[in-house]
Amino acid sequence: MPETTSSQKKNADAVDWRKLKKDFPILDQQVHGVPLVYFDNAATTQKPRAVIDSMSSYYLEDNSNVHRGVHELSNRATSAYESARKRAAEFINAGDTRGIIFTRGTTESINLVAQAWGDANFKPGDRILLTEMEHHSNIVPWQLIAERTDAELIYVPVTGDDGRLDLTRLEELLSRNVKLFAFTHVSNTLGTINPAAELCAMARKHGVTTLVDAAQSAGHMPVDVAEIGCDFLAFSGHKVCGPTGIGVLYVKGEMLEKLPPWQGGGEMISSVDFFKTSWNEPPYKFEAGTPNIAGAVGLHAAMDYLDGIGRRNIFEHDRELGRYAWRRLSEIPGIRLLGPADERIGLVSFLLKDAHAHDVTTFADQRGFALRGGHHCNQPLMRKLGVASTVRSSFYFYNDTDEIDRLVDVLIQIQKFFAG
Amino acid sequence: MFGDLDDLYQDIILDYSRNPRNFRKIESPPARVVEGHNPLCGDELTLYLLMDGDVVRDVAFEGAGCAISKASASAMTTAVKGKTRSEALKVLENFHDMVTSGNAEVFEDDKLAAFSGVHKFPARVKCAMLGWRALESSLSSTDDESGAGVSVEKKTITTE
Repeated sequence: MPETTSSQKKNADAVDWRKLKKDFPILDQQVHGVPLVYFDNAATTQKPRAVIDSMSSYYLEDNSNVHRGVHELSNRATSAYESARKRAAEFINAGDTRGIIFTRGTTESINLVAQAWGDANFKPGDRILLTEMEHHSNIVPWQLIAERTDAELIYVPVTGDDGRLDLTRLEELLSRNVKLFAFTHVSNTLGTINPAAELCAMARKHGVTTLVDAAQSAGHMPVDVAEIGCDFLAFSGHKVCGPTGIGVLYVKGEMLEKLPPWQGGGEMISSVDFFKTSWNEPPYKFEAGTPNIAGAVGLHAAMDYLDGIGRRNIFEHDRELGRYAWRRLSEIPGIRLLGPADERIGLVSFLLKDAHAHDVTTFADQRGFALRGGHHCNQPLMRKLGVASTVRSSFYFYNDTDEIDRLVDVLIQIQKFFAG
Repeated sequence: MFGDLDDLYQDIILDYSRNPRNFRKIESPPARVVEGHNPLCGDELTLYLLMDGDVVRDVAFEGAGCAISKASASAMTTAVKGKTRSEALKVLENFHDMVTSGNAEVFEDDKLAAFSGVHKFPARVKCAMLGWRALESSLSSTDDESGAGVSVEKKTITTE
């Protein structure tokens, strides 16, 4: 581990954030002849050298298949893979590694639950409760299984531009024969932090199973499944400084035995006959085929890196950036800011008065800013808010207020350009 | 002020997006209606096409979109009005070639040449093609027997 480990006990003020930025080689470059400012962290985060090196040395020194061979390299690969699982259990305070299933990412984790658990549990007339701020990946898998099982989708409404869930409706919605409540911990479009523990407690009271989409929270704040009290939780490696193609599905102990296998293949079996197969124990039962071993190794390094800084520190740092950006952006005449003014992560979503989001992102790109313009895989929410697309600027611990000041200057120029 | 972008956001494009031409419904007589959709940004555009036999009698559009998609749809309506179906499709083909290659030769002295800068911004080709793809879809739909362009249909297309 890099020297950042020593900062674990420090508070956010004591972390040398500028020094941490140097751990990310990709950030030290120019695009279109100007320095890159990476403000698209909600889409994917950049990778520190420690993560890149860990994957590189896995392939240079240890590459083999897992759980099969008895030779040295296979032992090393197996041990690296299983140690990543143990680390992932610690990362979300899962306690037991049996409930840590490696997937390709949040989307696949949710699909696994929808197809394996949903298929076994949804009956005609059952309801699946989602929220209006879900990413498409926490809507579409449920639509597919609802269609197959004749279950029905219902939604917790979003209040409006301030981007909160209307919790006054939750109790009533949960009592409508709901089998499962799936919601996002943090909104990728609005930056809203949902009170996950409170939502799960209410669901539990109604005997409703819960799934938390932690894609936007896991790398940005402490995430503790014991505290949240959910049955399932999903996150992606690439949004926590890790590589793409690896993610985690957490399954609570008591749900594990009840969860039928999903995909079939090697690794997930204990014995196979021509006509009948008996399943391996969890989590292997849910991991058919050769897994993404190097991805797990990279994810392990990423989790070490983040917890070396401390996710509480990262949260505080990013929240300050979010507040600063909110305040500075509010100075632009006619800007429309979406999402709550507080209780948000370091993410701002907005519309300029005279410039369309897509034009803004093209212009900002020429000045080195990586922003996202569009519907952010959140079309139902955007329709509800009456916008086709927004500009999103999402921060991480390697960003700073200077970069935000420069963005505001560029946005003012863009606004002037289009106002004519 | 923004360097390379001068090629993309020329005055003519800004003018066409701020003051879009033929930005309206065609209510009567009933026109063909096609809804275009850019899945990348969520922009939606509704195209109205009124044919007179084989000739584009009137064409108009509505919807929210970026400057490029609005200006391009706007320029499209002025470019194809009065043209036959096959002439309009030829303009479309040439326009698509230009925004993907940058070669504006065919459109010399034509306002459409202003869109040649789009080719430097591959992510924006879809924006420039939205209105044109809606036109293409609309032209390919069949009229009723009178051939007078009185059929009403709603189709949804997405840009490539």
